[in-house]
Amino acid sequence: MYKLLLCWRYLRTRWIALASVVSVTLGVATMIVVNAVMAGFSHEMQTRIHGILSDIVFEAHSLSGFQDPAWHMEEIRRAAGDDIAGMTPTVAVPAMLSFQVRGQWITRQIMFIGIDETTHAYVSDFGRYLQHPGNRERLSFALREGGYDTVDSQSDGPGPTRPALEGAGWPHRRMRVERERVWREKLEADRAKAAADQAAEGASGDEGVQPASAVGPVRSVDQQVDAVLAATSQPVAAAVVNEQAAPSTPTKAPDPFKAARPEEGRAMDPAKEQFTGIVPGIGLASFRDSTGVDRFLVLPGDDVKVTFPTAGTPPKAVSDTFTIVDFYESKMSEYDSNFVFVPIAQLQRMRGMIDPQSGLASVNSIQIKLKDGADLDVVRDRLRKVFPADMYAVSTWRDKQGPLLSAVEMEMSVLNILLFLIIAVAGFGILAIFFMIVVEKTRDIGILKSLGAGSTGIAGIFLGYGLFLGLVGAGAGLALGLAIVLNINSIRAGVEWCTGQRVFDPSIYYFFKIPTVIDPFTIAWIIAGAVAIAVASSVLPALRAARLHPVEALRHD
Amino acid sequence: MIKASSLLRVRDLRKSYRSGDHRLDVLRGVDFDLATGEFVSVVGQSGSGKSTLLHLMGLLDAADSGEIALGDTRIDRLPSARRDRLRNSAIGMVFQAYHLLPELDALENVLAPLMVRHGVIEWLRVRREARARAADLLTRFGLGGRLHHKPRQLSGGEMQRVAIARALVTQPRVLLADEPTGNLDEATGGEILDTLCELNRADGLSIVLVTHDAAIARRADRIVRLAAGRVEAA
Ligand SMILES: Nc1ncnc2c1ncn2[C@@H]1O[C@H](COP(=O)(O)OP(=O)(O)O)[C@@H](O)[C@H]1O
Ligand SMILES: [Mg+2]
Repeated sequence: MYKLLLCWRYLRTRWIALASVVSVTLGVATMIVVNAVMAGFSHEMQTRIHGILSDIVFEAHSLSGFQDPAWHMEEIRRAAGDDIAGMTPTVAVPAMLSFQVRGQWITRQIMFIGIDETTHAYVSDFGRYLQHPGNRERLSFALREGGYDTVDSQSDGPGPTRPALEGAGWPHRRMRVERERVWREKLEADRAKAAADQAAEGASGDEGVQPASAVGPVRSVDQQVDAVLAATSQPVAAAVVNEQAAPSTPTKAPDPFKAARPEEGRAMDPAKEQFTGIVPGIGLASFRDSTGVDRFLVLPGDDVKVTFPTAGTPPKAVSDTFTIVDFYESKMSEYDSNFVFVPIAQLQRMRGMIDPQSGLASVNSIQIKLKDGADLDVVRDRLRKVFPADMYAVSTWRDKQGPLLSAVEMEMSVLNILLFLIIAVAGFGILAIFFMIVVEKTRDIGILKSLGAGSTGIAGIFLGYGLFLGLVGAGAGLALGLAIVLNINSIRAGVEWCTGQRVFDPSIYYFFKIPTVIDPFTIAWIIAGAVAIAVASSVLPALRAARLHPVEALRHD
Repeated sequence: MIKASSLLRVRDLRKSYRSGDHRLDVLRGVDFDLATGEFVSVVGQSGSGKSTLLHLMGLLDAADSGEIALGDTRIDRLPSARRDRLRNSAIGMVFQAYHLLPELDALENVLAPLMVRHGVIEWLRVRREARARAADLLTRFGLGGRLHHKPRQLSGGEMQRVAIARALVTQPRVLLADEPTGNLDEATGGEILDTLCELNRADGLSIVLVTHDAAIARRADRIVRLAAGRVEAA
């Protein structure tokens, strides 16, 4: 009983001992915050990666893929049918995406992915990452009549704002076409006037212009309009371009879509019709400014060009025009600035992946979704047994991102070791203060021994004292850590407001808020570790107190 | 050779201190007996080894050789847990410098040996009775109104009376007092001695009183002298 009373009394008269606990508190709080944030990032990243990759990816080594996905799916079902919830074929090829911003062509390297409109969203989280509620419900590569989200649908709370998406879709497309038409009319009027002037000057000009007219139809109106739009800010340059491009066929503009879609054999009205729809990653089309507003270079309704290799050997580059129908935002910047999705059938046709004789199409990979509770590795191994490894690669989503995931894990453990060292340093503080208390209390220890207290009892006082300090320190650290974690975004805002500096720049990270995950198990470990360190560092002083010779201790002053 | 009635028996007790290669033989074969209910003074010059003898009898230190018995049992070679228990329940000690715990008030200081004896759960059970006994003792020593004063708020005489109450609260078989009046003025010291005499007479408490003052020693039933490491009757 005296142990408890004395622990309590010593503590009440020696608040200074609590000072040594402050570092335990800070260490515990830091560990909790760092673990929560790291786990938040890692969790976010894993869900994103998993959301993109489906459970198991079955792919061909060759870029031209394998034929007859239906037969392969049949085989996969035969091998692991019980665990499979769904499958979808995909075609993926490296490609170039080009679009025009203020008259300048911007070209980006992309991964062009053909997906099945109906099944793809079921196999992965693809659908969740789209910007139109209708597309999230059910993906369609047809351009929508507006209604795109102007606030990020994936962030609960304040997300990035996208005022530009307000008018996206058909309204944007019609407006653009109208603007281009006005420009074209102005252009043609000017050109007609120039031609008339030239004709008035002399007939010799005719021959000079005539050869140019042969080039005219080849150049699409697109390009002409592009040039004109480019010229809006530079009227002088526009005049030059006009001169160069000037075909002597002012009455009939060449049909641009004849080239793009020769099979349709008719003029296309861009205000009412679209090219094949594509869904580019949002990172390809936009950037986030420092105020957290997303600025778009192109919008749903705009047309872009994609250049991709054909399936033949050697591959030839072919280009085609597509209409953006939505954006894809997985919040993994690597994917969001790389992936462009297109209907698989179109891509197969354009790449020549359909065998003219058999009519069988080829695909690059089959994405497999497993039923809940199925063991990914087991299914992967079963499929690997069935399909020859020199032709097919079967991997789980974890395999695919293995290096990244393990790098994050390693980062976390290194950080934890470092932070734990901080708490260990706090332990030495406790050790020093306890030694001082033992020296100061030597006479009291002698008195207690003369009253019949045993050595274990004396040691118990100091161990109990250390335990108490550890609990207080860890408890305060827990409270502080949780408070920080739960309010981390308001704290961030506060710090930014005070210092005027961005702590967490949403234009760098794709998360708008700092993600956190509180794992009770981790917290339990941290607390246990901190308390253990506090107790461990009171062991030496406690032993010293227990070993004090009672007579010597009584003589001490 | 051992008297049947004697409570505390010391035979051929030797103790030496070593510092470097110099050996100081403090006790060189001490024989000493205390009968039940007896009040004995041990006198001797300063440095003659009186405190050393008392510490050995109080089991605070171990002798080089010889034996100490309390009642019928030899107590100097017991395992430490049993010695702790004896110290707690059978022996009461009072020191020159009072040796009260500064963090505890008078009542708690008196209760300290009982708290040492009992665990937390047990303590909750005996607490009421223990407090009553401790308060009684303090009241008997004239400290009824000072129960919750800390040692630093008490005078020397008051502190020593608290220390005596602490030594007696466990109802020990023998009280060992090491110059209890050494830090007190004559009048206050006299009061303390009166208290001890009263305890001896009224309660039959067996007391060993160590002092270098012959006048104080004379208050006891019997006086022995410690000189040259041995005890001789005075
Ligand atoms: N731990 C020790 N080491 C060395 N000498 C000691 C020690 N304790 C006591 N002494 C010596 O033993 C002698 C007896 O001391 P003590 O019993 O305190 O004497 P008294 O109480 O009679 O004044 C003294 O000379 C003292 O210096
Ligand atoms: Mg002495």
